[in-house]
Amino acid sequence: MLKWSTMLDLLRGAGMTVTVSCLAIAAGVPLGLLLALARTRRARGLRWLSAVYSSFVRAAPVVTFTMLIFFGLPALGVSLDPLPAAVIALTLNTAAFNAEIWRAAIMDFPRGQLEAALAMGMTGSVAFRRIVFPQIWRASLPALVNEMTLLIKASPAVAIIGVVDLTRKARQIAATTYEPLPPFVAAAVVYGLALALLVAGARTLERSLRRRYGTL
Amino acid sequence: MTLRLDVIWKEWLQFALGLGNTVWLCAVSMLLSLLLGVLFVVPLMSRRRAVRAVARTAVDSGRCIPFLLLTYLVYYALPSLGLSLDKWTAALITLVIYNTAYMAEILRAAWVHLPPGQTEAGRAFGYTGIRLFRRIILPQVLIAVGPVVGNQLIQLIKDSAFLSIITLPELTYAANSVQSFYFVPFESFLVATLLYWGLCGAVEYLVQRGERLAAMVRRGHGH
Repeated sequence: MLKWSTMLDLLRGAGMTVTVSCLAIAAGVPLGLLLALARTRRARGLRWLSAVYSSFVRAAPVVTFTMLIFFGLPALGVSLDPLPAAVIALTLNTAAFNAEIWRAAIMDFPRGQLEAALAMGMTGSVAFRRIVFPQIWRASLPALVNEMTLLIKASPAVAIIGVVDLTRKARQIAATTYEPLPPFVAAAVVYGLALALLVAGARTLERSLRRRYGTL
Repeated sequence: MTLRLDVIWKEWLQFALGLGNTVWLCAVSMLLSLLLGVLFVVPLMSRRRAVRAVARTAVDSGRCIPFLLLTYLVYYALPSLGLSLDKWTAALITLVIYNTAYMAEILRAAWVHLPPGQTEAGRAFGYTGIRLFRRIILPQVLIAVGPVVGNQLIQLIKDSAFLSIITLPELTYAANSVQSFYFVPFESFLVATLLYWGLCGAVEYLVQRGERLAAMVRRGHGH
Protein backbone atom coordinates (compact mmCIF):
# COMPACT_ATOMS: atom_id res chain seq x y z
CA MET A 1 0.00 0.00 0.00
CA LEU A 2 1.02 3.61 -0.49
CA LYS A 3 1.98 5.74 2.46
CA TRP A 4 0.28 9.10 2.91
CA SER A 5 3.49 10.99 2.21
CA THR A 6 3.95 9.03 -1.02
CA MET A 7 0.36 9.72 -1.97
CA LEU A 8 0.95 13.45 -1.43
CA ASP A 9 4.08 13.25 -3.56
CA LEU A 10 2.04 11.58 -6.31
CA LEU A 11 -0.54 14.36 -6.07
CA ARG A 12 2.24 16.91 -6.61
CA GLY A 13 2.93 15.11 -9.89
CA ALA A 14 -0.78 15.32 -10.66
CA GLY A 15 -0.59 19.05 -9.99
CA MET A 16 2.13 19.35 -12.64
CA THR A 17 0.01 17.39 -15.13
CA VAL A 18 -2.93 19.71 -14.44
CA THR A 19 -0.72 22.81 -14.75
CA VAL A 20 0.87 21.96 -18.09
CA SER A 21 -2.43 20.67 -19.51
CA CYS A 22 -4.39 23.75 -18.43
CA LEU A 23 -1.75 26.15 -19.78
CA ALA A 24 -1.64 24.27 -23.09
CA ILE A 25 -5.43 24.28 -23.37
CA ALA A 26 -5.69 27.97 -22.42
CA ALA A 27 -3.20 28.91 -25.14
CA GLY A 28 -4.02 26.18 -27.65
CA VAL A 29 -7.75 26.81 -28.02
CA PRO A 30 -7.40 30.48 -29.12
CA LEU A 31 -4.31 29.66 -31.20
CA GLY A 32 -6.33 26.99 -32.98
CA LEU A 33 -9.00 29.58 -33.74
CA LEU A 34 -6.37 31.92 -35.21
CA LEU A 35 -5.03 29.09 -37.38
CA ALA A 36 -8.55 28.24 -38.54
CA LEU A 37 -9.22 31.89 -39.38
CA ALA A 38 -5.96 32.02 -41.33
CA ARG A 39 -7.33 29.23 -43.50
CA THR A 40 -10.45 31.19 -44.37
CA ARG A 41 -8.40 34.15 -45.63
CA ARG A 42 -7.97 34.95 -49.28
CA ALA A 43 -4.18 35.22 -49.03
CA ARG A 44 -3.02 31.91 -50.42
CA GLY A 45 0.31 31.86 -48.57
CA LEU A 46 -1.39 32.19 -45.19
CA ARG A 47 -3.92 29.49 -46.05
CA TRP A 48 -1.22 27.13 -47.25
CA LEU A 49 1.02 27.75 -44.23
CA SER A 50 -1.79 27.02 -41.80
CA ALA A 51 -2.81 23.86 -43.67
CA VAL A 52 0.75 22.50 -43.77
CA TYR A 53 1.28 23.30 -40.09
CA SER A 54 -1.92 21.48 -39.12
CA SER A 55 -1.13 18.43 -41.21
CA PHE A 56 2.51 18.18 -40.06
CA VAL A 57 1.84 18.63 -36.36
CA ARG A 58 -1.19 16.35 -36.29
CA ALA A 59 0.92 13.52 -37.73
CA ALA A 60 3.77 14.04 -35.24
CA PRO A 61 3.85 11.91 -32.08
CA VAL A 62 3.76 14.19 -29.03
CA VAL A 63 6.96 12.64 -27.60
CA THR A 64 8.89 13.21 -30.80
CA PHE A 65 7.49 16.71 -31.20
CA THR A 66 8.38 17.59 -27.59
CA MET A 67 11.96 16.46 -28.16
CA LEU A 68 12.09 18.44 -31.41
CA ILE A 69 11.13 21.57 -29.47
CA PHE A 70 13.34 20.99 -26.43
CA PHE A 71 16.48 19.50 -28.01
CA GLY A 72 16.07 20.86 -31.52
CA LEU A 73 15.32 24.56 -30.98
CA PRO A 74 18.55 25.30 -29.03
CA ALA A 75 20.45 24.20 -32.15
CA LEU A 76 18.62 27.02 -33.93
CA GLY A 77 19.57 29.44 -31.16
CA VAL A 78 16.35 29.33 -29.09
CA SER A 79 17.06 27.88 -25.65
CA LEU A 80 14.18 26.82 -23.44
CA ASP A 81 13.84 25.40 -19.93
CA PRO A 82 12.01 22.07 -19.72
CA LEU A 83 8.76 23.48 -18.31
CA PRO A 84 8.20 26.23 -20.91
CA ALA A 85 9.32 23.82 -23.63
CA ALA A 86 6.76 21.28 -22.42
CA VAL A 87 3.96 23.86 -22.38
CA ILE A 88 4.93 25.17 -25.83
CA ALA A 89 5.10 21.66 -27.32
CA LEU A 90 1.69 20.67 -25.92
CA THR A 91 0.21 24.03 -26.98
CA LEU A 92 1.48 23.79 -30.56
CA ASN A 93 0.23 20.19 -30.72
CA THR A 94 -3.28 20.77 -29.40
CA ALA A 95 -3.64 23.99 -31.43
CA ALA A 96 -3.29 22.00 -34.67
CA PHE A 97 -6.15 19.70 -33.67
CA ASN A 98 -8.25 22.58 -32.37
CA ALA A 99 -7.73 24.40 -35.68
CA GLU A 100 -9.48 21.54 -37.49
CA ILE A 101 -12.38 21.67 -35.02
CA TRP A 102 -12.78 25.45 -35.35
CA ARG A 103 -12.48 25.21 -39.12
CA ALA A 104 -15.29 22.65 -39.33
CA ALA A 105 -17.53 24.91 -37.22
CA ILE A 106 -16.70 27.95 -39.39
CA MET A 107 -17.43 26.01 -42.60
CA ASP A 108 -20.77 24.86 -41.15
CA PHE A 109 -21.77 28.38 -40.20
CA PRO A 110 -24.82 29.48 -42.21
CA ARG A 111 -23.63 31.99 -44.83
CA GLY A 112 -26.90 33.90 -44.79
CA GLN A 113 -26.34 35.10 -41.23
CA LEU A 114 -22.93 36.48 -42.07
CA GLU A 115 -24.22 38.18 -45.22
CA ALA A 116 -27.10 39.69 -43.25
CA ALA A 117 -24.68 41.03 -40.65
CA LEU A 118 -22.49 42.60 -43.34
CA ALA A 119 -25.60 44.03 -45.04
CA MET A 120 -26.56 45.67 -41.73
CA GLY A 121 -23.27 47.55 -41.98
CA MET A 122 -21.18 45.52 -39.56
CA THR A 123 -17.51 45.23 -40.45
CA GLY A 124 -16.04 41.75 -40.83
CA SER A 125 -14.44 41.74 -37.39
CA VAL A 126 -17.57 43.07 -35.63
CA ALA A 127 -19.69 40.43 -37.40
CA PHE A 128 -17.23 37.78 -36.27
CA ARG A 129 -17.27 38.94 -32.64
CA ARG A 130 -21.00 39.52 -32.38
CA ILE A 131 -22.56 36.96 -34.74
CA VAL A 132 -20.18 34.16 -35.72
CA PHE A 133 -18.08 33.51 -32.62
CA PRO A 134 -20.92 33.31 -30.05
CA GLN A 135 -22.39 30.46 -32.12
CA ILE A 136 -19.32 28.53 -33.27
CA TRP A 137 -17.80 28.18 -29.81
CA ARG A 138 -20.92 26.39 -28.63
CA ALA A 139 -20.94 24.14 -31.71
CA SER A 140 -17.24 23.34 -31.19
CA LEU A 141 -17.47 22.69 -27.46
CA PRO A 142 -17.96 18.88 -27.48
CA ALA A 143 -15.13 18.33 -29.97
CA LEU A 144 -12.83 20.76 -28.11
CA VAL A 145 -13.44 18.92 -24.83
CA ASN A 146 -12.72 15.62 -26.55
CA GLU A 147 -9.40 17.05 -27.74
CA MET A 148 -8.68 18.22 -24.15
CA THR A 149 -9.02 14.63 -22.91
CA LEU A 150 -6.65 13.48 -25.66
CA LEU A 151 -4.17 16.19 -24.65
CA ILE A 152 -4.24 15.09 -21.00
CA LYS A 153 -3.59 11.51 -22.09
CA ALA A 154 -0.68 12.65 -24.27
CA SER A 155 0.78 14.92 -21.56
CA PRO A 156 3.10 12.22 -20.08
CA ALA A 157 5.26 12.99 -23.13
CA VAL A 158 6.70 15.94 -21.18
CA ALA A 159 8.42 13.43 -18.88
CA ILE A 160 10.98 12.76 -21.60
CA ILE A 161 12.45 16.25 -21.18
CA GLY A 162 12.52 15.98 -17.39
CA VAL A 163 9.25 17.58 -16.33
CA VAL A 164 7.97 15.56 -13.36
CA ASP A 165 4.31 15.01 -14.17
CA LEU A 166 1.99 12.37 -12.69
CA THR A 167 3.31 9.50 -14.82
CA ARG A 168 6.98 10.30 -14.21
CA LYS A 169 6.33 10.78 -10.49
CA ALA A 170 4.69 7.34 -10.37
CA ARG A 171 7.73 5.91 -12.14
CA GLN A 172 10.08 7.58 -9.62
CA ILE A 173 8.09 6.23 -6.67
CA ALA A 174 8.07 2.78 -8.26
CA ALA A 175 11.83 2.91 -8.68
CA THR A 176 12.54 3.97 -5.09
CA THR A 177 10.02 1.72 -3.29
CA TYR A 178 10.59 -1.34 -5.50
CA GLU A 179 6.82 -1.74 -5.49
CA PRO A 180 5.72 -0.58 -8.92
CA LEU A 181 2.10 -1.69 -8.87
CA PRO A 182 0.60 0.68 -6.21
CA PRO A 183 1.91 4.01 -7.64
CA PHE A 184 1.02 3.07 -11.24
CA VAL A 185 -2.50 1.96 -10.27
CA ALA A 186 -2.96 5.08 -8.13
CA ALA A 187 -1.80 7.26 -11.03
CA ALA A 188 -4.22 5.49 -13.39
CA VAL A 189 -7.06 6.16 -10.95
CA VAL A 190 -6.11 9.86 -10.75
CA TYR A 191 -6.09 10.14 -14.58
CA GLY A 192 -9.46 8.36 -14.70
CA LEU A 193 -10.97 10.72 -12.12
CA ALA A 194 -9.55 13.83 -13.81
CA LEU A 195 -10.91 12.80 -17.22
CA ALA A 196 -14.29 11.80 -15.75
CA LEU A 197 -14.49 15.18 -13.99
CA LEU A 198 -13.68 17.07 -17.20
CA VAL A 199 -16.22 15.12 -19.25
CA ALA A 200 -18.93 15.48 -16.59
CA GLY A 201 -18.27 19.24 -16.34
CA ALA A 202 -18.51 19.61 -20.10
CA ARG A 203 -21.80 17.67 -20.18
CA THR A 204 -23.30 19.92 -17.51
CA LEU A 205 -22.20 23.01 -19.43
CA GLU A 206 -23.59 21.60 -22.69
CA ARG A 207 -26.91 20.81 -21.01
CA SER A 208 -27.29 24.30 -19.57
CA LEU A 209 -26.33 25.86 -22.93
CA ARG A 210 -28.91 23.72 -24.67
CA ARG A 211 -31.53 24.79 -22.17
CA ARG A 212 -30.66 28.44 -22.76
CA TYR A 213 -30.24 28.47 -26.55
CA GLY A 214 -32.26 25.47 -27.71
CA THR A 215 -29.26 24.02 -29.55
CA LEU A 216 -25.56 23.99 -28.93
CA MET B 1 23.12 27.69 -39.26
CA THR B 2 23.12 24.92 -41.84
CA LEU B 3 21.22 21.68 -41.58
CA ARG B 4 23.61 18.75 -41.29
CA LEU B 5 21.49 16.37 -43.30
CA ASP B 6 24.60 14.45 -44.45
CA VAL B 7 24.83 12.97 -40.93
CA ILE B 8 21.24 11.81 -41.16
CA TRP B 9 21.94 10.37 -44.60
CA LYS B 10 24.94 8.47 -43.23
CA GLU B 11 22.73 6.94 -40.56
CA TRP B 12 19.79 6.19 -42.85
CA LEU B 13 19.89 2.52 -41.87
CA GLN B 14 19.07 3.32 -38.22
CA PHE B 15 16.10 5.41 -39.30
CA ALA B 16 14.95 2.71 -41.72
CA LEU B 17 15.18 -0.01 -39.06
CA GLY B 18 13.34 2.20 -36.56
CA LEU B 19 10.64 2.97 -39.09
CA GLY B 20 10.37 -0.73 -39.93
CA ASN B 21 9.92 -1.62 -36.27
CA THR B 22 7.28 1.08 -35.82
CA VAL B 23 5.41 -0.21 -38.87
CA TRP B 24 5.37 -3.92 -38.02
CA LEU B 25 4.64 -3.38 -34.31
CA CYS B 26 1.66 -1.18 -35.12
CA ALA B 27 0.40 -3.36 -37.97
CA VAL B 28 0.57 -6.59 -35.95
CA SER B 29 -1.02 -5.05 -32.87
CA MET B 30 -3.77 -3.49 -34.97
CA LEU B 31 -4.63 -6.91 -36.43
CA LEU B 32 -4.54 -8.56 -33.00
CA SER B 33 -6.69 -5.89 -31.40
CA LEU B 34 -9.15 -6.06 -34.27
CA LEU B 35 -9.61 -9.77 -33.45
CA LEU B 36 -9.83 -9.10 -29.71
CA GLY B 37 -12.16 -6.17 -30.34
CA VAL B 38 -14.52 -8.48 -32.20
CA LEU B 39 -14.56 -10.77 -29.14
CA PHE B 40 -15.04 -7.79 -26.83
CA VAL B 41 -17.86 -6.19 -28.75
CA VAL B 42 -20.18 -9.15 -28.07
CA PRO B 43 -20.41 -8.58 -24.29
CA LEU B 44 -20.58 -4.81 -24.98
CA MET B 45 -23.77 -5.42 -26.97
CA SER B 46 -25.10 -8.16 -24.68
CA ARG B 47 -28.75 -8.08 -23.72
CA ARG B 48 -27.84 -8.86 -20.11
CA ARG B 49 -27.23 -5.68 -18.23
CA ALA B 50 -24.61 -7.08 -15.82
CA VAL B 51 -22.47 -8.43 -18.69
CA ARG B 52 -22.75 -5.12 -20.49
CA ALA B 53 -21.77 -3.16 -17.37
CA VAL B 54 -18.63 -5.24 -16.79
CA ALA B 55 -17.53 -4.93 -20.41
CA ARG B 56 -18.25 -1.20 -20.45
CA THR B 57 -16.21 -0.60 -17.28
CA ALA B 58 -13.28 -2.53 -18.76
CA VAL B 59 -13.39 -0.62 -22.05
CA ASP B 60 -13.84 2.79 -20.38
CA SER B 61 -10.98 2.31 -17.95
CA GLY B 62 -8.77 1.15 -20.82
CA ARG B 63 -9.54 4.36 -22.65
CA CYS B 64 -8.70 6.52 -19.61
CA ILE B 65 -5.10 5.36 -19.12
CA PRO B 66 -2.36 7.31 -20.91
CA PHE B 67 -0.30 5.04 -23.16
CA LEU B 68 2.97 5.66 -21.30
CA LEU B 69 1.42 4.75 -17.95
CA LEU B 70 0.07 1.51 -19.43
CA THR B 71 3.54 0.76 -20.80
CA TYR B 72 5.01 1.23 -17.32
CA LEU B 73 2.32 -0.98 -15.81
CA VAL B 74 3.05 -3.79 -18.26
CA TYR B 75 6.82 -3.44 -18.31
CA TYR B 76 7.64 -2.61 -14.68
CA ALA B 77 4.63 -3.72 -12.61
CA LEU B 78 3.81 -7.12 -14.14
CA PRO B 79 7.24 -8.53 -13.11
CA SER B 80 6.31 -7.82 -9.47
CA LEU B 81 3.32 -10.11 -10.00
CA GLY B 82 5.71 -12.79 -11.27
CA LEU B 83 5.27 -12.13 -14.98
CA SER B 84 8.55 -10.89 -16.46
CA LEU B 85 8.50 -9.71 -20.05
CA ASP B 86 11.25 -8.63 -22.43
CA LYS B 87 10.70 -5.17 -23.91
CA TRP B 88 9.43 -6.44 -27.28
CA THR B 89 6.72 -8.60 -25.72
CA ALA B 90 5.87 -5.83 -23.26
CA ALA B 91 5.61 -3.33 -26.13
CA LEU B 92 3.37 -5.58 -28.19
CA ILE B 93 1.14 -6.43 -25.23
CA THR B 94 0.80 -2.75 -24.29
CA LEU B 95 -0.09 -1.75 -27.85
CA VAL B 96 -2.66 -4.55 -28.08
CA ILE B 97 -4.33 -3.91 -24.70
CA TYR B 98 -4.44 -0.16 -25.29
CA ASN B 99 -5.76 -0.43 -28.82
CA THR B 100 -8.32 -3.15 -28.08
CA ALA B 101 -10.24 -0.83 -25.75
CA TYR B 102 -10.60 1.70 -28.60
CA MET B 103 -11.31 -0.95 -31.24
CA ALA B 104 -14.10 -2.52 -29.17
CA GLU B 105 -15.74 0.90 -28.82
CA ILE B 106 -15.30 1.62 -32.56
CA LEU B 107 -16.87 -1.73 -33.51
CA ARG B 108 -19.73 -1.16 -31.07
CA ALA B 109 -20.50 2.26 -32.53
CA ALA B 110 -20.55 0.77 -36.06
CA TRP B 111 -22.81 -2.06 -34.92
CA VAL B 112 -25.27 0.34 -33.28
CA HIS B 113 -25.47 2.40 -36.47
CA LEU B 114 -26.07 -0.61 -38.73
CA PRO B 115 -29.40 -0.42 -40.58
CA PRO B 116 -31.68 -2.82 -38.66
CA GLY B 117 -33.25 -4.29 -41.82
CA GLN B 118 -30.43 -6.70 -42.60
CA THR B 119 -30.31 -8.11 -39.07
CA GLU B 120 -34.08 -8.54 -39.05
CA ALA B 121 -33.97 -10.24 -42.45
CA GLY B 122 -31.21 -12.52 -41.12
CA ARG B 123 -33.40 -13.43 -38.15
CA ALA B 124 -36.34 -14.07 -40.46
CA PHE B 125 -34.14 -16.54 -42.38
CA GLY B 126 -33.45 -18.38 -39.14
CA TYR B 127 -30.02 -16.95 -38.29
CA THR B 128 -29.55 -16.63 -34.55
CA GLY B 129 -26.77 -16.11 -32.02
CA ILE B 130 -23.24 -16.71 -33.21
CA ARG B 131 -24.25 -17.43 -36.82
CA LEU B 132 -26.23 -14.22 -37.08
CA PHE B 133 -23.21 -12.33 -35.71
CA ARG B 134 -20.64 -14.02 -37.94
CA ARG B 135 -22.53 -14.10 -41.23
CA ILE B 136 -24.73 -11.01 -41.12
CA ILE B 137 -23.57 -8.46 -38.55
CA LEU B 138 -19.76 -8.78 -38.49
CA PRO B 139 -19.10 -8.46 -42.27
CA GLN B 140 -21.12 -5.24 -42.40
CA VAL B 141 -19.47 -3.85 -39.28
CA LEU B 142 -15.99 -4.57 -40.66
CA ILE B 143 -16.76 -2.81 -43.94
CA ALA B 144 -18.26 0.18 -42.13
CA VAL B 145 -15.34 0.78 -39.73
CA GLY B 146 -12.63 1.12 -42.42
CA PRO B 147 -11.95 4.87 -42.17
CA VAL B 148 -12.26 4.95 -38.37
CA VAL B 149 -9.79 2.07 -38.07
CA GLY B 150 -7.44 4.06 -40.30
CA ASN B 151 -7.64 7.03 -37.90
CA GLN B 152 -7.11 4.72 -34.94
CA LEU B 153 -4.05 3.20 -36.65
CA ILE B 154 -2.60 6.71 -37.05
CA GLN B 155 -3.26 7.31 -33.34
CA LEU B 156 -1.54 4.01 -32.53
CA ILE B 157 1.51 4.87 -34.66
CA LYS B 158 1.86 8.15 -32.78
CA ASP B 159 1.40 6.54 -29.37
CA SER B 160 4.01 3.91 -30.21
CA ALA B 161 6.64 6.67 -30.03
CA PHE B 162 6.30 6.43 -26.22
CA LEU B 163 7.93 2.99 -26.48
CA SER B 164 11.26 4.77 -27.02
CA ILE B 165 11.16 5.46 -23.26
CA ILE B 166 11.53 1.74 -22.51
CA THR B 167 14.40 1.79 -25.08
CA LEU B 168 12.53 -0.13 -27.73
CA PRO B 169 14.35 0.64 -31.01
CA GLU B 170 11.46 2.16 -32.96
CA LEU B 171 11.61 5.36 -35.02
CA THR B 172 11.76 7.94 -32.21
CA TYR B 173 14.38 5.87 -30.38
CA ALA B 174 16.46 5.74 -33.55
CA ALA B 175 16.19 9.52 -33.96
CA ASN B 176 17.19 10.03 -30.34
CA SER B 177 20.22 7.77 -30.55
CA VAL B 178 21.45 9.43 -33.77
CA GLN B 179 20.98 12.93 -32.30
CA SER B 180 22.80 12.11 -29.07
CA PHE B 181 25.72 10.52 -30.91
CA TYR B 182 26.30 13.28 -33.48
CA PHE B 183 24.54 16.12 -31.66
CA VAL B 184 22.14 16.89 -34.49
CA PRO B 185 18.88 17.14 -32.49
CA PHE B 186 16.97 19.41 -34.83
CA GLU B 187 17.75 17.50 -38.02
CA SER B 188 17.23 14.13 -36.39
CA PHE B 189 13.82 14.81 -34.84
CA LEU B 190 12.70 16.77 -37.89
CA VAL B 191 13.46 13.81 -40.14
CA ALA B 192 11.71 11.43 -37.73
CA THR B 193 8.64 13.68 -37.67
CA LEU B 194 8.65 13.87 -41.47
CA LEU B 195 8.81 10.07 -41.62
CA TYR B 196 5.80 9.85 -39.28
CA TRP B 197 4.07 12.35 -41.53
CA GLY B 198 4.72 10.16 -44.56
CA LEU B 199 3.59 7.05 -42.70
CA CYS B 200 0.32 8.64 -41.60
CA GLY B 201 -0.19 9.94 -45.15
CA ALA B 202 0.31 6.41 -46.48
CA VAL B 203 -2.29 5.05 -44.05
CA GLU B 204 -4.76 7.74 -45.15
CA TYR B 205 -4.12 6.90 -48.81
CA LEU B 206 -4.67 3.17 -48.23
CA VAL B 207 -7.90 3.88 -46.36
CA GLN B 208 -9.15 5.98 -49.29
CA ARG B 209 -8.31 3.19 -51.75
CA GLY B 210 -10.06 0.68 -49.47
CA GLU B 211 -13.11 2.91 -49.26
CA ARG B 212 -13.36 3.05 -53.06
CA LEU B 213 -13.13 -0.73 -53.17
CA ALA B 214 -15.78 -1.10 -50.45
CA ALA B 215 -18.10 1.25 -52.34
CA MET B 216 -17.66 -0.89 -55.46
CA VAL B 217 -18.42 -4.08 -53.54
CA ARG B 218 -21.51 -2.46 -52.04
CA ARG B 219 -22.76 -1.51 -55.51
CA GLY B 220 -22.16 -5.07 -56.65
CA HIS B 221 -19.40 -4.39 -59.19
CA GLY B 222 -16.68 -6.04 -57.14
CA HIS B 223 -15.15 -9.44 -57.65
